[in-house]
Amino acid sequence: MTVSTLRRLTGDEKHAPSAHSTLDVIRVLYERVLRITPETADEPDRDRFLLSKGHGPAAYYAVLADRGFIPEDWLDRMGQWNSPLGTHPDRVLIPGVEAGTGSLGHGLGLAVGVALGLRAQGYLQTRTFVLLGDAELDEGSNHEAIAYAAALPLPLTAIVIDNRSATHGWPGGIPARFPGWTVSLVDGHDHDEIERGLLVRTGKPHLIVAAVEPKWS
Amino acid sequence: MMRETFVAATTALLDEDPRTALVLADISADVFAPALRKHPDRALNVGIREQLMVGVGGGLAMTGMRPYLHSYAPFLVDRAYEQIKLDLGHQDTGAVLVSIGGSYDSAASGYTHHSPGDVALLDTLEGWTVLVPGHHDEVPAMLREAARHDDRVYIRLGLQENTRAYPDGGKLRVLKRGGPLVVAVGPMLDPVLAATADLDVTVAYTNTPRPLDTEGMRLLAEGEVIVVEPYLAGTSARLVSEALSGLPHRALHLGVGRAEIRDYGTWEDHARAHGLDAAGLRRSLRAFLGGGA
Repeated sequence: MTVSTLRRLTGDEKHAPSAHSTLDVIRVLYERVLRITPETADEPDRDRFLLSKGHGPAAYYAVLADRGFIPEDWLDRMGQWNSPLGTHPDRVLIPGVEAGTGSLGHGLGLAVGVALGLRAQGYLQTRTFVLLGDAELDEGSNHEAIAYAAALPLPLTAIVIDNRSATHGWPGGIPARFPGWTVSLVDGHDHDEIERGLLVRTGKPHLIVAAVEPKWS
Repeated sequence: MMRETFVAATTALLDEDPRTALVLADISADVFAPALRKHPDRALNVGIREQLMVGVGGGLAMTGMRPYLHSYAPFLVDRAYEQIKLDLGHQDTGAVLVSIGGSYDSAASGYTHHSPGDVALLDTLEGWTVLVPGHHDEVPAMLREAARHDDRVYIRLGLQENTRAYPDGGKLRVLKRGGPLVVAVGPMLDPVLAATADLDVTVAYTNTPRPLDTEGMRLLAEGEVIVVEPYLAGTSARLVSEALSGLPHRALHLGVGRAEIRDYGTWEDHARAHGLDAAGLRRSLRAFLGGGA
């Protein structure tokens, strides 16, 4: 079970709020939505999930272990020497991880490229998901990708975990920063709401704002 | 001419190979317009968003495509350095970066549009092949060779060209035999040949400074070596030192100076100011080699 698996992870307490805020969305993705298994992790038409918010990947690792992508005993040594699990994920070291992230503001641009590459190669049913944090949206590179995806338009799904940690907040709301995108607002812990948001396919880029408790509460 | 050759060769690659992708950040979108129209799914202009251009390139590469990215060197390399480091290198993917405007080619635009440090920046990263053509006829083969694999390649196009092409310039190619070794990188060849016309030196050319032909350098260098590069002076100093490790030698590294020249004009003006025209090179060579050269 993912929650008990998550408790097994230690060594990155600094990022624990980040990890826990993403847990339910990542669980719903892997348990209900993504067409990917350890056996299909290298298939070219697999669905893609990129954790742009590479900070605090404990929830991600826990889900990957639960779904059989990585051995559970890897979890005991996160961040240690000779461990494949860092406190930020590395796609070269970890089966099932699509993007090595940690520096904020990279995942959405990469996801746009992934979605374009899949479309160009005819994988029209393959979906691309990327998960960001609300504070991460401060990075200007996100806004380059947001505008470009809307202009195309490119059907990928971005999930923003809103734990109200952006330094200056988002006056007017996060969706106002995604012009041209369709939007779902969900409770970031309600699995059915999250699933409904993730299943939306509009032909446009789709934003899901998953609200969770404030980081600093 | 190099830019025109690049556009023609890359447009042909897009036509011939469905794996080829082109990602622009507005620069050269006008000359690539036919390709952008013909291949809208993989010839892309993301707008003036260089970080995104590299991110998109990394994503395309993740799906098995071969992306060619292009802009002015200060925007392609300096500005998007972290994306190059992470979205390509750290993801263990590759791309072909093709720049114009390296060093001081955009002289009239001022220092915001200069990039003397592009190759030095890439030298901080692993696995980059750096190609610096000295003539536009050397460009198509570089682009086509890069299409055959997935590695990280930087092709630095320039306004300055030599009078003739050397398609076999991947290794050190000796053009003049004599005393101390002078290595000319890319478009530095003609001014080096002019500067050394009556000097007893060996002149070798390369358009592939990375990986540097260290074996050739070790064979050719006999105690004194001068490297003339069209980017930041000393960029290759570490590699030359490693190549000649254990061999007593003196080395001189000539290239673009670190001090910003707050002036405009043409690339020829800046070459002169940095001592990279024939007369300036001759002064530096004679000072280093003494009267015996």
